[in-house]
Amino acid sequence: MVDQAKVEELKKIAHRIRCDIIWALAHAQSGHPGGSLSATDICVALYFYALKHDPRNCQWEGRDRVIFSKGHVSPLIFSLLAESGYIERSELRTFRKFGSRLQGHPNIECPGIEVGTGSLGQGLSIAVGVALGLRMDGKPNRVYCIMGDGENQEGSTWEAIMSAGHYKLDNLCVILDNNGLQIDGWVEDVMGLQPLADKWRAFRWHVIEIDGHDMAQCMEALDQAKQVKGQPTVIIAKTVKGKGVSWMENQAEWHGKAPKPDQCREALKELACPAEYFDF
Amino acid sequence: MSEIKWKATRDGYGDALVEMGAQDERIVVLGADLTDSTRALWFAQKYPDRFFDFGIAEQNMLNAAAGLAMVGKIPWVSTYGVFVAGRAWDQIRTTTCYSNLNVKIGGAHGGISVGPDGATHQALEDVATMRVLPNMTVIVPADYYETKKAVIWACKHVGPVYVRFGREPVPIVTKPEDPFIMGKANLINDGIDVTIMNNGPVLWECMKAVQTLKEKGISARLLNMHTVKPIDREAIAKAARETGAIVTVEEHQVMGGFGSAVAEVVVQTYPVPMRFIGIQDRFGESGTPEELFEEFGLTAKHIVAAVEDVLKAKRG
Repeated sequence: MVDQAKVEELKKIAHRIRCDIIWALAHAQSGHPGGSLSATDICVALYFYALKHDPRNCQWEGRDRVIFSKGHVSPLIFSLLAESGYIERSELRTFRKFGSRLQGHPNIECPGIEVGTGSLGQGLSIAVGVALGLRMDGKPNRVYCIMGDGENQEGSTWEAIMSAGHYKLDNLCVILDNNGLQIDGWVEDVMGLQPLADKWRAFRWHVIEIDGHDMAQCMEALDQAKQVKGQPTVIIAKTVKGKGVSWMENQAEWHGKAPKPDQCREALKELACPAEYFDF
Repeated sequence: MSEIKWKATRDGYGDALVEMGAQDERIVVLGADLTDSTRALWFAQKYPDRFFDFGIAEQNMLNAAAGLAMVGKIPWVSTYGVFVAGRAWDQIRTTTCYSNLNVKIGGAHGGISVGPDGATHQALEDVATMRVLPNMTVIVPADYYETKKAVIWACKHVGPVYVRFGREPVPIVTKPEDPFIMGKANLINDGIDVTIMNNGPVLWECMKAVQTLKEKGISARLLNMHTVKPIDREAIAKAARETGAIVTVEEHQVMGGFGSAVAEVVVQTYPVPMRFIGIQDRFGESGTPEELFEEFGLTAKHIVAAVEDVLKAKRG
């Protein structure tokens, strides 16, 4: 059983993160809200429950490694880094702007980012190498890779899945944000992936399927993944794209389009974000 | 010249990896089902715990190398130039080069001399696709010793490096004690009428061409330029100024490769007439290396003709 007080604490953080995401997008007036909002809860459970890290020392040897294969959810990533203390929350105002460390897709200029990502289908391969290297050195650090479901259409993703299964990388955990949508529409209509869980199993992975908006389930899945030996784990988190903003939910059009300032205020109101978020 | 020994540059790669593997435990080698023909096998046999076969899946292998570099390893990725510099280009660009990771790429079977395998396996574009990437160093050694030195240098350098080598034995024309300074040309023969700038194992043909030219009363400077990027701007500008005409030689498409890199410097420093020996915008084909060098215009005879042609265009 998970600690209920912790669940409540994480829910509060997830709420703040959603406010931050909209706020960053309001200032940038470009970016990716849909996937950021769908992956928020499981990523909050990762950063503020499961992950070993030290935001004051990003190069700490003992840290777990996080690789966002879905680099386009940078509003979420930078909000997580701000909440963790890697960067100041005020820096979110510079997101996607000229001269900012917070690029449209994350790069190593920003503290807490291990590697630049954004070209889909690349992150898991990086994570495989990191996991292999850490295991060679007998290190206990874990490797987390956050992926979208759409990028399971990339051939290189399956090369990576195959190699992680082959090398039995049990220090590797994939968080699959299964919101079912991609830019062109429903994943199943664009290029169907089902049965997705069976595919991963067939490639020798341990599969955990959860409701990606149930904080207790997110925490339990991350706990369970740490116990799995002899194979890597994928947490397939069933989520809703645009979660938390009713008119964005399950709408493909909100994949890579920022809401206009009025729409941002509307979204912040619906999320019941504090007054300081309305400064644009 | 009869005493010349022949050895494939890929053997220099294999030997250097074994040698450096003993000195530095951080060195790991990744293969993609071409372990023997890239000579990565020699390392794999000696250090099996530090060798990983990634199967026929180059894109994954490249980023796995990037991941290994992120935790302090020095990964050498070993496969054919076509598969690495073509298929996995996006991985090299967006992961290794953008984050400036310490990934080393061994591009085997470079050039047309791969021979009978034909166009699909002859890397003729790899130097071009690698040299356009920020943070990347590109080296094409001319023979066995130069390949060894390039690989040893790359092991000690922090940052992405592409080293290209070939399948076929080529004459060993450099000596173990010759200097290897990354980014610096080696003067093989001094001359005043024209400069031949060589990149890679075609060096032997260039040396023969210099001899023929000498017999014809033409004094040709021969520079061996193993490093395509960063290119030796100083040596190029000096050659342009002092000899007034340049012929570049490479076993690669003339568009975008070594010759283009030289031309970029020439036009910005001291513009002089140039000619480009290399593959002239076409695909390779099957044949012996000798037949192909003849067909694609890479022999001493062709170099001599290019020199004579460029001299006609030379100013005053």
